[in-house]
Amino acid sequence: MIYLTRRYGLAAAHILAQPSFSEAENERIFGKCANPAGHGHDYGFEVSVTGPVDIETGQIMAPGLLDEIFEESVGRRFSHRLLNEEVPFGALVPTAENIARVCHEALAETVRNRSTARLAQLRVTETPRNFVEKGDLS
Amino acid sequence: MLRVTRSIHFSTSLRYWIADLSEQENRKRFGQDADRHGHNYRLEITVQGEPDADTGMVINLSQIKEVAEREIMSRFDHKDLNHDTEYFVTIPPTPENFASLIFRLLDEALPKGLLNRVRLYQSSDLYVDVIRSDR
Repeated sequence: MIYLTRRYGLAAAHILAQPSFSEAENERIFGKCANPAGHGHDYGFEVSVTGPVDIETGQIMAPGLLDEIFEESVGRRFSHRLLNEEVPFGALVPTAENIARVCHEALAETVRNRSTARLAQLRVTETPRNFVEKGDLS
Repeated sequence: MLRVTRSIHFSTSLRYWIADLSEQENRKRFGQDADRHGHNYRLEITVQGEPDADTGMVINLSQIKEVAEREIMSRFDHKDLNHDTEYFVTIPPTPENFASLIFRLLDEALPKGLLNRVRLYQSSDLYVDVIRSDR
């Protein structure tokens, strides 16, 4: 199997708090991440696609097309935004896990619609010390 | 089973260029990649196996180093992929094609079935994995 991976980054703000919980309950669960004023991260996104290598171009996908797909599916939706105010977040708390699930779904659909490849994996890096992966690249 | 990885670095020049196509066709197909450029490649070589009961090693890393030196560094480091190798006459040296070639060269040189994966970084934000599929 062969996989192409490209790394992107964006800066965004979030608040880890479940709107249906009390402020005290959110602080108990999420600690300092529940600060109602918010905080932010430089998120990293490693997007891995797999598929046939085109005989003429020698590529699974042109890197420029993957750039467009990322921008359309993730970049322009979430860069320099407060994630809690963006669809589908809100009651869905914008943890790294939920960001990975939401972005994986959006990227998978756009990759499917615009190329012969499929999304194999997404890694979302929230800080240098934690990341979340969804997919089947091992 | 355990996986053990060793990485190496090399610097290489290249352009995407098919010998049988005209200059115009090459430029149309490959854009600025048809111009001579270069990369600092980083290669991760991953082997998979059970550690030997006596040595505690899947493979002696010095053996990977020796194979990598012979098969990869001597062929590609400070070389030009188009002029100094015979691999990229009919196919362009995309990271997909280059990583597939590297997997093949290392797989033939290492003990049978030991190589699990190569990950070729073309830059810090673009890499290709070739993973053995008969696992």
